Amino acid sequence: MPGVKKYDAIVIGGGHNGLTAAAYLSRAGKKVLVLERRYVLGGAAVTEEIFSGFKFSVCSYVVSLMKPNVMRELMLPKFGLELLPLESTFTPLDNDYLIRTADADETYREIARHCLRDAETYMRFGPLMGQIGMAVRPILETIAPNAIRPSLSDLSKAKKLLDHFKTLSSEQFEYLTKLMTMSSADFLDEWFEFEPLKASMSASGIIGTFMGPRSPGSAYVMLHHYMGDIDGAFRAWGFQRGGTGAVSMAIARSAEHFGAEIMTEAPVEKIIVKNGKAVGVVLENGDEYKSEMVISGLDPKLTFLKMVDESDLPSNFVTDIKNFRIRGSSGKVNLALDGLPNFTCLPGEGHHLRGAISISPSYDHLEQAYDDAKYGDFSQAPYMDIILPSVLDPEMAPPGKHVMSCFVQYAPYDIKGGWNEQKREAFGDAVVNTIARYAPNIKDIILHRQVLTPADLESTFGLTEGNIFHGELTLQQLFAMRPAVKWADYSTPIKNYYQCGSGTHPGGGITGSPGEMAAKKILGIWS
Amino acid sequence: MSYYNEFTANTQLRLSPFFERTSKLNESQEWRRWSGYLAATNYELTHDNEYFAIRTKAALLDITPLKKYIIEGPDAQRFLDRLVTRNIGICKVGQVMYTPWCDEDGKQIDDGTVQRLSENKFRITSAEPNLEWIQFNATGMDLSITDDSYATAALALQGPNSRAILNAVASDKLDSLKFFWLMNTTFGHTPVSISRTGYTGDLGYEIWMDLKDALTVWDLLLEKGKSYGITPTGLHALDIARIEAGLILLDVDYISSRHAIIESRKSSPYELGLGWAVKMKKKDFIGKQALEAEAARGPEWDFVGIEIQWDELEQHFRKAGLAPGLPCTAWRTSTPLFKGNEQVGYATSGAWSPILKRYISLAHVKSQFAREGSELMFELKVEHFRKFTPAKVVKTPFFDPERKRSCPV
Repeated sequence: MPGVKKYDAIVIGGGHNGLTAAAYLSRAGKKVLVLERRYVLGGAAVTEEIFSGFKFSVCSYVVSLMKPNVMRELMLPKFGLELLPLESTFTPLDNDYLIRTADADETYREIARHCLRDAETYMRFGPLMGQIGMAVRPILETIAPNAIRPSLSDLSKAKKLLDHFKTLSSEQFEYLTKLMTMSSADFLDEWFEFEPLKASMSASGIIGTFMGPRSPGSAYVMLHHYMGDIDGAFRAWGFQRGGTGAVSMAIARSAEHFGAEIMTEAPVEKIIVKNGKAVGVVLENGDEYKSEMVISGLDPKLTFLKMVDESDLPSNFVTDIKNFRIRGSSGKVNLALDGLPNFTCLPGEGHHLRGAISISPSYDHLEQAYDDAKYGDFSQAPYMDIILPSVLDPEMAPPGKHVMSCFVQYAPYDIKGGWNEQKREAFGDAVVNTIARYAPNIKDIILHRQVLTPADLESTFGLTEGNIFHGELTLQQLFAMRPAVKWADYSTPIKNYYQCGSGTHPGGGITGSPGEMAAKKILGIWS
Repeated sequence: MSYYNEFTANTQLRLSPFFERTSKLNESQEWRRWSGYLAATNYELTHDNEYFAIRTKAALLDITPLKKYIIEGPDAQRFLDRLVTRNIGICKVGQVMYTPWCDEDGKQIDDGTVQRLSENKFRITSAEPNLEWIQFNATGMDLSITDDSYATAALALQGPNSRAILNAVASDKLDSLKFFWLMNTTFGHTPVSISRTGYTGDLGYEIWMDLKDALTVWDLLLEKGKSYGITPTGLHALDIARIEAGLILLDVDYISSRHAIIESRKSSPYELGLGWAVKMKKKDFIGKQALEAEAARGPEWDFVGIEIQWDELEQHFRKAGLAPGLPCTAWRTSTPLFKGNEQVGYATSGAWSPILKRYISLAHVKSQFAREGSELMFELKVEHFRKFTPAKVVKTPFFDPERKRSCPV
């Protein structure tokens, strides 16, 4: 009976980080309840059959940053984690194309077709970025210190990191400094000449961020995307069989295996705070659940401005959270297709359909797309990162049919006049028209179109302002500042109330990392 | 016995201009990758005949995948002198020099040959792409750099009969062409450039031609060479021959400093047995300061030939009830070398030499253990179990026939 049962911990939100935290706590013997507002688990890492027979990775669509120790410790392969390789990145151009594959010889030859020197530089660039990614890894794997009043253990953590940075080579240090400060376009200009190559590489510096490739700070976001590894290979992206929802389900099954209870269609109204301490939650239907600790997997805005009363929080903290930048910059268009898109520049089927398709012919294309958004409109010709999940996993669509996932940037949350039905469809049209420029048959094969604007991402998935990372990955919002100074170690100003979403260190993407580290922090307090 | 089956296939790899011929001659259909090209591993089902062609007849190898750059202009010589460790100032027109080149820290990037085609025109060959490095260091110099890799086809004709074959094909006699020199001649009406160079340590030549002439040259050589035992030869046979010749291979025996992601993977020319090719009397070249300092303090590592001793090897296998297990092809797995309980080196490639009847290998060994005659223990697997067997540091080249350098006139 609700209200009677007492839990050690309640996790608000059955997204992949909430589930990860729940799994770790259960694994340590704690009695855990996960409360998910929707009918389905996964949050933004969710698979849904929006159109009969067609499964969509509705929001989040690829996996690369999932931490290997999380996969191992939660035994995710046993519970259904199956990552298929995304083989290539294909950039269609008006009369030509650029394709980068997993094979060094093939990629060298292809880039050399456009620019011989770039082909050679490319072979050095990847390993170098991998090394720098590895150099930054220890930061990602450290619980952020309290930068204002460091504890003893914070100081020893800081010392360890400093010692680590002393081991970097001068070359690594130089590039790390540049990556932390430059725009991705400026950084890449130091290396490469061929514009479509640079533009496609710079695109990982703008994903989920309200910046253009020429905005300072975008180089860091690019590095963030280089830190992923699958099976020890840096910079490898994978597609989860069954869509990203299957990743969440694997974590959920692991959590249940360890004893966690998971409830769907159980929207939380408020945290119950007594004497400055979280003691449980009340659902929208009035049911109450008591627990020793409450952990929010929601973004910082919801965690602090919706789940609790401002009056329960220090006012400067409330200001920090209000200032936390969470501007949505992207939308998602999911298409059910009667066949495969046929690209004019590379007709027919082939490797190029088994990986990412990047609509990024030039910096100007990306920057102009950003310009539209800067002044309150969606991009007329957006940047897109497209994949065809059904090519990798035939079970995503009926035989011979396909699903196409288009991550679209930019779509500002604060669009002039607000989002409405008409604007959503106009945005969908802009996406289809942009694809049609390279694959004209697309218009004839669309069976169903799902268009998600930032407003939809907010209302459906609880992503404030539609930001896919629970807050932008810009320097002032990272590490000891994520989401707010003094409260970057998963604790909050309210006793026994913790946070574990992407709005905490080390940030967004399907990593399991915030969930894991929050759980480990909480377990440390418990013991 | 011949059961010829024909088939065609698609490939994403680059095809050499000789592929139209080699693909039909390759009875094993065993191919390897070489710089993104499809390159024949062996033409027959086993490589023995091809290996012996190198040492007793004449082997014909497609070496088109080599990287080739043309450096031309008033500053070409000055530039190359800055780029490489050898003295290009004394390289005469028509002469060829083998040389390594290094980064500013004196760590080796690649090695290859520099051919002086005319006063102000050179061709440099390399194993890996080097265009970026070459361009980077040519700033401010009056010269042009062309990546000639795809425009020029190349064949190696190696073995004791190679000169006789070329004499039969070329309009000029090659009798006076000296080791590491080159000449221009014609095969019929087809212009070719022939250098007396190779990767086998035998009498041999490399033939450089325009892409469009590739098949004409191939056909002429095979036709006239038939009575001399000319044999299309693949990389398995070549690998044994180059180890016998003590010649290093990039990405097998060492890693380019441009691609080594950690310092310990880099090697200087001194550490690769190429100290002889570092010319300190030259005014300046990339890496000179670092190499001077290294020479002064003495290099930490040396690169040597080792011979795995037969008697103990045989005993190890006898104990297991087996005849000595010898590698039938050259191996490239890094293999530890010990002195007592301490690992003092590692062998990077090795082979049973069919012509010398010795088990030989090339190895990185810490300098104090690298003297000739130094005795080390070589890690060996006998029937799944790890053993150690004695190996001795010996002089390279292991195989160095008189004919490699000699001229009949």
